[in-house]
Amino acid sequence: MGVKRAGLGPGQTAALVFLRFVIGWHFLYEGLAKLFNPQWTSALYLAEAKGLLRPWFESILADPKMLKVVDLINIWSQMAIGCGLILGFLAPVAAVGGILLLAIYYVANPPLPGFTSSLPAEGSYLIIDKNLVELFALVVLLVFPTSRTFGLDRLIFWKKIKKGDG
Amino acid sequence: MDEKKGREESKRAFGRRDVLKSLASLPVAGAFFLSYVEKKRKEERRRKEILDELGLEQAEAAELPLGPRKKPAELIRLGIIGVGGRGEHLLRCLGFVHPDWVESKRIQAEENRLNQDLRTFLEQEDLNVALTAVCDIYDPRAERGLVASQNALRDGEVKSVSGARRYSHYEELLESPDVDAVIIATPDHWHAQMAIDAVAAGKHVYLEKCMTRTAEEAVKLYEAVKASRIIFQLGHQQRQQESHQKARFIVAKDILGKITLVQTTTNRNSPDGAWQYEIPAEAGPHNIDWEQFLGPAPHRVPFDVYRFFRWRCWFDYGTGLAGDLLSHEFDAVNQILELGIPRFATASGGIYFFKDGRDVPDVFHATLEYPDRELTLFYSATLSSNRSRGRLFMGHDASMEVGETLVVTADPESTRYREKYLSEVIDTSLPLFTFRPGGRGIDTVTSASERYFASRGLLYSYKDGKRVDISHLHLKEWLECIREGRQPSCNIERGFEEAIACHMATESYLRGRRVEWDPVRRQIV
Repeated sequence: MGVKRAGLGPGQTAALVFLRFVIGWHFLYEGLAKLFNPQWTSALYLAEAKGLLRPWFESILADPKMLKVVDLINIWSQMAIGCGLILGFLAPVAAVGGILLLAIYYVANPPLPGFTSSLPAEGSYLIIDKNLVELFALVVLLVFPTSRTFGLDRLIFWKKIKKGDG
Repeated sequence: MDEKKGREESKRAFGRRDVLKSLASLPVAGAFFLSYVEKKRKEERRRKEILDELGLEQAEAAELPLGPRKKPAELIRLGIIGVGGRGEHLLRCLGFVHPDWVESKRIQAEENRLNQDLRTFLEQEDLNVALTAVCDIYDPRAERGLVASQNALRDGEVKSVSGARRYSHYEELLESPDVDAVIIATPDHWHAQMAIDAVAAGKHVYLEKCMTRTAEEAVKLYEAVKASRIIFQLGHQQRQQESHQKARFIVAKDILGKITLVQTTTNRNSPDGAWQYEIPAEAGPHNIDWEQFLGPAPHRVPFDVYRFFRWRCWFDYGTGLAGDLLSHEFDAVNQILELGIPRFATASGGIYFFKDGRDVPDVFHATLEYPDRELTLFYSATLSSNRSRGRLFMGHDASMEVGETLVVTADPESTRYREKYLSEVIDTSLPLFTFRPGGRGIDTVTSASERYFASRGLLYSYKDGKRVDISHLHLKEWLECIREGRQPSCNIERGFEEAIACHMATESYLRGRRVEWDPVRRQIV
């Protein structure tokens, strides 16, 4: 459902588009910063995981080849999601990808009562943390897509838009 | 009217407005790109400033290569004297393993996926050695040694090989023509005699620390090895740590400025850490050669199973914290700073926690003074607190913490870094740089997370995707030196320095006063 059909005004559309830019920028920089940091590895985050995901993360940590693959996936998917959101290129796919990643990061280290994380973090969290907030922001972007209005998807899906599906 | 307009709208071609809408995010992408480039430029400039200041090149910080090497052509035949806990570990580092160990590690790995011990062992490099002789005066351990000699690591698997011969007396082992080199992992009071005899028999020697039990023995062993052509290595495997090589490099570049104090520590807090090893139920005078155990020990004592297994607790056989743990710390600092034997030593301590009949202190501190180097080496140890205090080199311009990782922090009062500190290139509350083996060199951009992770220490030491045991590397170096006829890193010179430094500390403790090393008479006075 596009912004046109939802009947959103220009102010509301602008807010959604900026939200898309801002989240995209965040993802892109996260990926890029890791790419150019030779010291970065997800190993230390994987080791801090708690609860449900711990067994899966442990099996990744135990296999150095698997670990390298996971590192690469992290970096490139973050960058791809970031680009997708900023440029409005297959933005819904990027949004779903972002939701998936953030869900994994959240479940790996949930700020639930009884769990103490030893990772450095700014802010105080109880059940809701910044990952979850960003996740739901992406859900909003998913249900109010703007990339076919402002973004490369407008070019890609022009035929569909012309037919009135846009 | 609107409907018609709508239908007309949807039939129109991709126009100018649509192009603009498609490319709406380009300014954003542009802004991102510009700010990213700017940030990278600033970071790069800061890093270059710091590296220039320190006189380093990024490339120099790269780690030592550990690429796959060809299996060495020349076989070396080894004998081992003393197959206790340490002895068995050394055998594993050489590729000989008791099936029990393999089984227990396999079970551990099943219960805890993060346990890499078995995998690390199976990926160990083949050193092309044969284990032809085993000697231990406790029958069950000698048996374990024999079984280990029959199970060798070949091509990533444990295979059956023809095993070693057992010797009840080490002199017979040394006479064997099937032994080229010998590993001595017995209690300290036997170290000197066995090593001297091995040298006389023309065998190369890998000797566990502390080199000897007394200073007199150290002089005798030194003379014997110097007069011979054999290759001698003392078992200080921490020399193989990458962080230590990096630390030498940092000192060589004078990054810390004038170093006046080095603080080393030992902190343990368990019965095992205090050498209260388990006494096997089946041990007794029937399977322990007690007379041979006593050997050169100062006192003849009736059979005591505690003295046999927990020999580290008595001055008759060991030297407690000095010979056991100060020795490692001293050798590490000696490796990095090349200090040699101290001029003075002052020690104190006592038996404050483990009052189990031992006569060695469980809390012990020693101050080794180097007036010529204008530096003090301080060692502090307790066996009843696990608070980690680390190993710290304190220089006027910066201080360096060396463990498995390395962290260098500039001093706010530093003369050398003053300018950069005032111009805010350097923030003295953050490390100047950190080094974590497995990464790619020196990291000068320390975020809060990086600092945190560096302080946590190493999770894994991966080199080319493989985890490596430093004792294996130390033995490997010894074997390479034997084949190539060159001196290893912990040779008799370093061994002598280690022994004398430790014994000075022990003597000071026992005499209750400061002691001095007389280099002419080669005595502790």
